[in-house]
Order: sequence, then C-alpha cells, then structure tokens
Amino acid sequence: MNNLLLLPILIPLFTAVILIFLNRFTVASRWVSVLSLLSTVFVSVLLFQKVRTDGIQTLNLGNWEAPFGITLVSDMLSALLVLTTSVIAFACCLYSFRAIGEEREKFYYYSILQFLIVGINGAFTTGDIFNLFVFFEVMLMSSYVLLVLGGTKAQLRESVKYILVNIISSSLFVITVAYLYSVVGTLNMAHISTRIAEVGQPGILTVIAVLFLIVFGLKGAIFPLYFWLPGSYYAPPAPVLALFGALLTKVGVYSIMRTYTLFFPHDPGYTHELLGVLAVITIIVGIIGALAYWDIKKIIIYNIIVAVGVILFGVSVNTTESLTGAIFYLIHDMLIKAALFLLVGVVIAITGTSNLKKISGLIKNYPLLGWMFLLSALALAGIPPLSGFVGKLLIIKSGFEAEAYWGAGIVLMSSLLVLFSVMKIFINGFWGIHRTYEKEEKAPVSWLLISPAILVIISVLYGVGAELVYPYILEAAETLTNPSTYINAVMKE
Amino acid sequence: MEIVMAFVVGIIFMAATYLMLSKSLLRIIIGTGLLSHGTHLLVLTMGGLKNGAAPLLGEHAAQYNDPLPQALILTAIVIAFGVTSFFLVLAYRAYQELGTDNMDRLRGTKINE
Repeated sequence: MNNLLLLPILIPLFTAVILIFLNRFTVASRWVSVLSLLSTVFVSVLLFQKVRTDGIQTLNLGNWEAPFGITLVSDMLSALLVLTTSVIAFACCLYSFRAIGEEREKFYYYSILQFLIVGINGAFTTGDIFNLFVFFEVMLMSSYVLLVLGGTKAQLRESVKYILVNIISSSLFVITVAYLYSVVGTLNMAHISTRIAEVGQPGILTVIAVLFLIVFGLKGAIFPLYFWLPGSYYAPPAPVLALFGALLTKVGVYSIMRTYTLFFPHDPGYTHELLGVLAVITIIVGIIGALAYWDIKKIIIYNIIVAVGVILFGVSVNTTESLTGAIFYLIHDMLIKAALFLLVGVVIAITGTSNLKKISGLIKNYPLLGWMFLLSALALAGIPPLSGFVGKLLIIKSGFEAEAYWGAGIVLMSSLLVLFSVMKIFINGFWGIHRTYEKEEKAPVSWLLISPAILVIISVLYGVGAELVYPYILEAAETLTNPSTYINAVMKE
Repeated sequence: MEIVMAFVVGIIFMAATYLMLSKSLLRIIIGTGLLSHGTHLLVLTMGGLKNGAAPLLGEHAAQYNDPLPQALILTAIVIAFGVTSFFLVLAYRAYQELGTDNMDRLRGTKINE
C-alpha cells in the first residue's frame, strides 16, 4: 500500500481542473501547467526509486481487498513508462508556449493536455482491466479535443474519422471485457491471470486474446488497423503531434505487452505467432510509407508504425531477452519520436511548409537544429552507441535464437531503410542550396529548440548509459515473463 | 432468455453497422449510439440474467445476482453519453465549416483542401 502511486495521476488531474478556471490568464496557465508537469516528473522519479528498492508497489483504492476493488499496480515497467511520459509531457508543454498560439491556449489547451497525461499515466498504472478501459477513454476524450482544437478544415475532417474509429474500438473493448468477465468472473488483472492459468487457456480465451489484439491494435496502429493514423496525425500542430506520436500509440503497445504476457502466455503457438506475423507486416507497411512520401511530417508519422512493429515483434518472440529489448526500444522510441516531431515542428515554423522539395540548406543558418536532427535520425535507425541500438540488438538477437529468421531479418533490414528515410530529410532539407523563407524572421527558433534538446540529451544518455539502465529494464522484463511476481504482489494482502 | 438477448444484441449490432456504413454523418452518429447500446446489453447478458435475489445482505437467498456488470454498464453509459455528445457537436461544427455532411466529400489528407 503506497499512495505515491496515485500522485502521477492526481497531480495532472487537479491541475487540469484549476487550469479550466485560469483559461483567460495565458501566462499564469502556462507556468501552472509546466510546474505541475515538473512535479509529476519529480513524483515519478520518487516512484521509480521506490519500485527499485522495494519491488512492485500496489494500492487498493478505497481499501477494497485486491480481487474485489480497483487496484493500482506499479511494477518496473509501468514506473519507467510513467516517468518517460511525464518527461515528454513536460518537454511538449514547454515547447507549446511559443508554438501553439494564443487562441488555442485560451481554449483550454493546457487543461486538456493535463487530462491526456491523467489518462496515459492511469493506463500505465492500473491493475484492473475495466479501469484500463476508463483511463483509455479519459485519454481518448482529451485526444479528440486536442486533435480538433483550432478548428481548421483539415482538423475537423480528420477528427470525424479518428473519433469514429476510436468509438468502434472502445465498443469492442467493452465487448471483449464482457466476454472475458463471463469466462473468468473477475476484472482484477492479476486475478484474471491466475484464473486463466487454472483453466489452461481453452479455445474461447484464445478468441478473447485475438479480440484484445484487435482492440489494442487499433490504438497502437498494427498492420490491418493502422489506416486511420497517417491522416489523423497529420492534422494537428507539432506539440500535439509529438504527444500523440510519442505516447498514444505506445499505450496500445503497452496494453498488448501486458495482456499477452500476463493473461495469454499459454498458447503462444497461435496468439504470439499471429502477433509476430502482424508485427512484421506492420514494419513492411510502415517502411513503404516512410520511403514513399516527400513530406517530412508523413515520413516521421510512418516511422511510428515501423517502431510499433519492431516492438511488437520483440513481444511476440516472448523470451526475457526479447522483452528486455522491446521495453528498451519502447522507451527509446517514445523519447526520440517526441524529439523528432518537435524538431520537424521547428523546421515547419521556419519554412512554413512540410514539403521536403521546398526546403533546403537549413544547416547554414540553423546548425544546432541540423545536428540535433542528425543525432535523432541516427538514434531512430539504431546506430551505436545511440539509444535505438541496444533495443534492436536484443530484439534481433533473441529473434534469431528463437529461430524466427524471417522476422528478425526484416527488423534488421528495416533499420537500414528507416535510416534512409530520415537521411532523405537531412540530405534534402539541411544540405543543398541555402534559401530564405517568408516566415523565417518570426520563428522563435531558440526557444523551440530547448525541448527537443532536453529530449535528445536524455536519449543520448539513455543510449550511452545503457549499461546503467539495463538492470532496471531487465527487471521489468523479468516481471513480464514471470507473472507470479506480479500476481503475488497484488494478491498478497 | 440469454439466447433471445443474443439475437437482440446481434440485430442491434447489425443495424449499427448498417448505419455506420452510410454516407451521412448524422446516421453514422446514430449508428455509434446503437453500437454502444448493443454493447451495454451484451455486458448485461454476460453477467447472467435473473439467476438469484438482489445482492443485499438481508435477503438470505441461496443465490444472488452479480451486481458487477451493472456497475460496468453504468460507467460505460456515462462514457458513451459524453463521447456521443462530443461527436454531435463536432459534426455540427464540421458541417458549418466544411459545408457538407457527406463522408464521400470528406476524403483526402491535404491540409489546404
């Protein structure tokens, strides 16, 4: 029992409520927002420390005993993800000061951003499957508002599709939870895991596993269900795009990771095989998109899909090593995607366009921007010693060890093509003939570079200091492969 | 009774799917409303229908009904209510701004169309 668990959810929640009343005072709401996110980061660090020293932390809300009430559980994986989320939210909030525009700020932008963080941190922390649905909805509701805020034609058009897709997937989520409840008769995730282990996962539970894959796959954008992502993510401005690209799809990926290791590890021949095949096709589709477009936003957006595929391939191999790689890559990808989207936002702020053919020679006037972009591009592709390398190495190595040669080979090849797709941006956008742009004078470049700089530095440290971080990631992966530690922590009292 | 409910839920899902495949945005929203109703009925049925007394301590019954699905439905209804009202407002705003509620004319991904 530890109330610390609740703070990364409660602090943004209360701040969001306060910010609703502060909407007319732009400067005040900016600083309240950023201070609250800073304290969320601080609390997440404390929580991480606590989990590191004392093991898995649980909190039974309202003192209802474990399988009956709602339990919040913070194991190493969720503590790490909450920490990463808070850091990214802090960086995006700082970036928004000069990027989002006063109109949006007055219309509750900061408040909604806090609600989004409530949903995401809640989804990472909860230990109850229906509560996961509720936090998903908190997160989605905020994402609808963030997507449509500003009300340009493209935003309105894309929001309609995004909301429709998500309503259908939410309905499917409730249906799946209902089926699961009728079979196992409980909603507590640890309790579900023990009940499924007792009956040994008969066919009906495998069906439910595939339904879960559809539900979370829609959020996480895996192969047949990714169609909504490129259009919807293209519409909002850079800081919102960074939040979406870095965090929203990763919640879906986390949920697949959690359910497939905790609930359904008993029939890997069917479920994990399916997940593996879909993950590999996801990588291929993402690569095709990333190579085909000459639009910097689109290229990075398709790289989200590639990353989702790589992480899920690691999950599908389902050994401690591959899960370590998947978690390592997950955190790396959250950091680096946020950094890349923010950098792309800077480029768009300078040039006023995202069409790569109209941009060139940026490195002459903006060397810092150029070098940061190069660094994050290399990290994205997984060039050692940057952060993408370790995760991919572990995923590919374990893939070959598990004799999944095709999958591991395609992950390996994908790194090369990812590198090509982002180098295309660097070579065409930053090298070449120097041009001048209309809006160039007005762009607050030095302010906008602070947040991506923070993220790039963290990501470089994460890569170079992989040796220091590795034990914690390994611990997170071991909790996933041995559900008994998770179950014992929840059901002990 | 559960069998009848299964058919009812199935028919509601069918109608919802039909509505959501139409071109008019308003029909699509009605379709999502129906979809969530079907979902709630399904959750209710999944808990088992009328197989005991009300779950109160004083009842001294041999068997009690499961109250949990009803709690779940209550939560899901509130969420569906919120999402539907948001969707309706968005549809109205989109109609004002884009001048159409025909999904065929809402295609494309270009920013300045």
